[in-house]
Amino acid sequence: MTESPTTFEMHAIVKRFPGVLAIDHVDFVCREGQVHALLGENGAGKSTLMNVLAGLYRSDGGEILLKGRRVVFHSPQDAISHGIGMIHQHFMLVQSNSVAENVVLGLKKPRFFLSLSSIEDQVAALGEQYGMKVNPRAKIWQLSVGEQQRVEVLKMLFRGARVLILDEPTAVLTPQEVDALFGTLHDMTNRGHSIVFISHKLEEVVKIADYVTVLRRGKVTAANVSAKGISKAQLANLMVGREVLFRVDKKKIQPGEDVLVVEGLSAENDRGLPAIREVSFNVRAKEIVGIAGVAGNGQSELAETLTGLRSATAGKMRMGNIVLNSRSHWREIGRRLAHIPEDRASVGSIPDLSIAENLILKSFSRSPISSGWSIDKIAVHQNAVKLVDEYKISTPTVDTPVRMLSGGNLQKVILARETAQQPELMIAVHPTRGLDIGATEAVHKLLVEQRDAGAAILLISEDLDELLSLSDRLMVMYEGRIVGDMEAESSDIEKIGLMMAGVKAKS
Amino acid sequence: MTTSTLFTLIITILFGALVSGTPLLFATMGEIFSERSGVMNLGLEGMMLMGAFGGFAAWFHTGNLFAGIAVGMIAGGLMALLHAVITISLRADQVVSGLALTILGTGLSSILGQPYVGKPVATPTNLILPILGRVSAEQIILIVVGLIIAPLAWYYLHHTRPGLNLRSVGEHPAAADSLGINVNLTRYLYVIFGGLMSGLAGASLSLITEPGWVDGKTSGLGWIAVGLVIFASWDPLRGLWVSYFFGLLRRLPLDLQNPALPLISTANNPMVGRIMDVLPYLATIFILILGSRQAMRKRLGAPAALGTPYIRGERGL
Amino acid sequence: MNQSRIPYRVRFETRLDNPGWLGIVSSILGVVLALIIGGFVLKIAGATSPVSTYQAIFQQGFGTFADWRAGFIAIFTNTDCPKGMLCFGPLSDTLVKASPILLTSLACIVAFRMKQWNIGADGQLFMGAWAATGVAVFLLPSTTNPVLMMLAMGLAGVLAGAIYGAIPGFLKAWLNINEIITTLMLNYVAYNWVAFFVVVGPWSIGDFESTGRFPAAATWPRLTQLSKTIPILSGLTANPGVLLGVFAAIGLAWVIYRSRWGYEIRVIGNNPKAARYAGIDLKRNIFLVMALSGALAGLAGMNEVASLRELNGRFQQGYGFTGVIIAWLARLNPIAAILVSILFGGLVVGTQLVQPAGISAMLQGVILFVVVGTELIFRYRVHFERVDGVAIPEKIGEVS
Repeated sequence: MTESPTTFEMHAIVKRFPGVLAIDHVDFVCREGQVHALLGENGAGKSTLMNVLAGLYRSDGGEILLKGRRVVFHSPQDAISHGIGMIHQHFMLVQSNSVAENVVLGLKKPRFFLSLSSIEDQVAALGEQYGMKVNPRAKIWQLSVGEQQRVEVLKMLFRGARVLILDEPTAVLTPQEVDALFGTLHDMTNRGHSIVFISHKLEEVVKIADYVTVLRRGKVTAANVSAKGISKAQLANLMVGREVLFRVDKKKIQPGEDVLVVEGLSAENDRGLPAIREVSFNVRAKEIVGIAGVAGNGQSELAETLTGLRSATAGKMRMGNIVLNSRSHWREIGRRLAHIPEDRASVGSIPDLSIAENLILKSFSRSPISSGWSIDKIAVHQNAVKLVDEYKISTPTVDTPVRMLSGGNLQKVILARETAQQPELMIAVHPTRGLDIGATEAVHKLLVEQRDAGAAILLISEDLDELLSLSDRLMVMYEGRIVGDMEAESSDIEKIGLMMAGVKAKS
Repeated sequence: MTTSTLFTLIITILFGALVSGTPLLFATMGEIFSERSGVMNLGLEGMMLMGAFGGFAAWFHTGNLFAGIAVGMIAGGLMALLHAVITISLRADQVVSGLALTILGTGLSSILGQPYVGKPVATPTNLILPILGRVSAEQIILIVVGLIIAPLAWYYLHHTRPGLNLRSVGEHPAAADSLGINVNLTRYLYVIFGGLMSGLAGASLSLITEPGWVDGKTSGLGWIAVGLVIFASWDPLRGLWVSYFFGLLRRLPLDLQNPALPLISTANNPMVGRIMDVLPYLATIFILILGSRQAMRKRLGAPAALGTPYIRGERGL
Repeated sequence: MNQSRIPYRVRFETRLDNPGWLGIVSSILGVVLALIIGGFVLKIAGATSPVSTYQAIFQQGFGTFADWRAGFIAIFTNTDCPKGMLCFGPLSDTLVKASPILLTSLACIVAFRMKQWNIGADGQLFMGAWAATGVAVFLLPSTTNPVLMMLAMGLAGVLAGAIYGAIPGFLKAWLNINEIITTLMLNYVAYNWVAFFVVVGPWSIGDFESTGRFPAAATWPRLTQLSKTIPILSGLTANPGVLLGVFAAIGLAWVIYRSRWGYEIRVIGNNPKAARYAGIDLKRNIFLVMALSGALAGLAGMNEVASLRELNGRFQQGYGFTGVIIAWLARLNPIAAILVSILFGGLVVGTQLVQPAGISAMLQGVILFVVVGTELIFRYRVHFERVDGVAIPEKIGEVS
């Protein structure tokens, strides 16, 4: 079968960030009229690779060829002028402007006078042409997410993009909108456009893509594989399969009673769309339950709902005998529930306050830290000195503002604060993200210690190695649901990969 | 009183409103553009004072009205440049910088304007008009300029590319940036424009509408303009109406002290005067309360990025 | 996302190593620089020697060395000061001028600590003054015990200010309405409210825009009148209102740094999400802090009318705005605010008799600008670097 001409080729692309090699000599080829899917788990490098192509990053090695000619992009505008446009996960649309205004923003022509009605007609015509109906006069805030995505696509098409890169486009769409999108994509390929479809959802990838390239840890594990000629199992394996390094010293231990019981829990995300759908599970004392899954499948929202930062729309949560559903309950169980949040700087710490003051975030309203209206400075100090020593936090003094600490030390402060009160339940979300080996090991050791001391731990992580090493039980989350629940030891990594990618497991 | 005297009175009042409201209009227009780009400049009072003083001084030494207006505008523009550097490039707090600008302008104009207090003022070119009688030609020109600027500004904002860029920068700087628009440069330009307009407002005050220079000439007009911008929902055409409305409110107590109008003469009813003074501010608050509902807020139009410095690629600021 | 065509760019990086002295040094440097710039302006305005002008300002604001020496000698030898009231005279006036701005700066400090931008301290001050006047002149008979009268006035001022601050607080906390705008607007409402009563309305006496002199019970005595019992107060023509500000500052410092509520305020101001996580009620605190802020400003208003002994149409506007400046210069530290407001008070008094007028405002403005400018250079390290495409992820958790 003759292959259609290449639209662009990327050869031996290398991209480094401080401390990490994100893209390791990757080749990527895209042809006219094709949908080429880029598959991989978190941190594999998919978005990074495409950001290089789209002119957002400059590569540290390798080259990009456009129809055989070498090109270097200095900016997204450069890339667009060569016909390559990227649509990101977070839309860049001005909410209070109209569709037409957003499409035409930043263009060179018309230079001064905007004849909006003629532009609107052009935009409408373009939409018709590609089977994407939009009202060019509508304001962005009036549109649904799917419609907004269409505007982003039209923005690129209007600028003559022949190659469209879509970064996790279906993450925010309803099933109907996904179908509509796929119809549009088909239409576009028929006209000779090339599509790069970044995703972690195997079902969709298999449905829409002609070819698939799989990245894992910055390297290609499968290049240009025909989507028809490979099984989903094989793809999943290519996505996650590897020798898992069990770095953690962990004894088998008999779990105790249920500590956390979740029944039919549902909640919405910030956009008002369902993020977790009727999730049910329990976590027992002396066990670590891990939740695997690609980021964006509801894990953040689950952690927030379990810690009271987000309201549930349905279902029940229970910790021991206490039903968790109101603010006062959170205050009550405050010291029995520990939360290691996913974003240290955002929820986890108070950057300008000292270490000592951060350490009392959960205990400041009770003795011995405070009595009556005032806070006992000496008690605060003593508490801090004790914890800094115990958790080996490296800092000049306990009064140093917390924003000056390294990531690892900040995480230790958070851990110290949360675990110092011997919590019954711990919810740890991406606890070792961004930490070096030493800090990571320290955190792992601490989690196991807490487990052995009787805590129930829910561990949410993107790092499969970490999950497999630490968890006693492992669950997988996909699109807001728990799609798998198994003993960690006997888990089949290929099966996990399939579940993470949304393939319904046939048990 | 006869209908013809009533008619004359109304026309006189309206004319007074236009005259009185035009400097406000200029300042409001300038600040609308500045805030539309995302930068709040609370230094209007200071810039207007420098414009008023600078314009008067320049006219005094050259005898040329245009020179006066030009110098006044430049004075305002320079002060705004200071604010721009501090808030855009140095990313300082916009509120503090604006207040400092006001204080600076107040002090500077006071010091430098000392020798000009009480000096003879520009003599107006007189015209005789029907009904109104003797009027200053300069005032007529000023009013006409104001009447032209507002619709022009509106058209610029909504029907030209630079206007689209401006609106986008103030609403979603990251989006504008991603499409190649230089956010900081845009903000610089419009903050300086705001300064030029404030300078114009001040100069027109000290040269045309209320000729002369005294310490603190603008007596709070700059602050009123800050509020008017909000009251006008950042729209130039509404800015036109609210400026004239305010001009009317300021003149009305004076104009109504006509003993032939016992019922509404403010000399007899102090409440009316005070209520009229306060009304616009209460109305703004009322509108804001209404606007707190989601749908209304979208139409109320405060630029979404107003008040925050734009830093590319940094999370969550 | 790097989009410049120039291969270099400027990057601001927050300095992590921020020694405490850096802030003070930058403030002092700022003042010095401002004085230099101000000197140039003075030269342009025709002053013969800026240095002698500055000297005159200082002496008029704080008194000469000779004055101070004589004053201290008088205190320690327990004699009357040879110069009569003049020993600490200028200092007294300075302190008097410092008290309203100290109180309004405290109002701003407590609000700004929680990132609530209250620029309506002026309006709250006016309402406090109005309420205190109402009590002094119309509510209580003029024969009331002075202490009682003062307490009542103080209470009225504090309450009126608190309510007036609580209104924008409520609007912000529950309706999320921008407090910069509401507090600014309410300033005007307050100005006109007072003007109505005093200029044209029920409180004005005859044709004068004034309430007339307050009854003797409703005014502050001079501190020096208490010097028989407290010798160090001799020579000070200032009033006890000065101490109000100092006590309020000390009290506020305790609240902010030592109390539970202060901890909550600081946490909210620094990281509202963490505050929510810790179970701290944001809405209630916004409301309360705005009310406290208004209360402090209202107290300033009561203090003003008690010193001026009347409320008239020339009641000074602008203290609320100066308070913003001082709060900022004091880096939101109440104790530092005491010093800064005394300095500013000295500036205002010292420039009263110096030609040309307007110096104090100009110097204030220049000082602020310079300090703002230099502070940022100290807070950020400026990097010139090659465009490298170093990514800072826009959102943690974004799939890559």
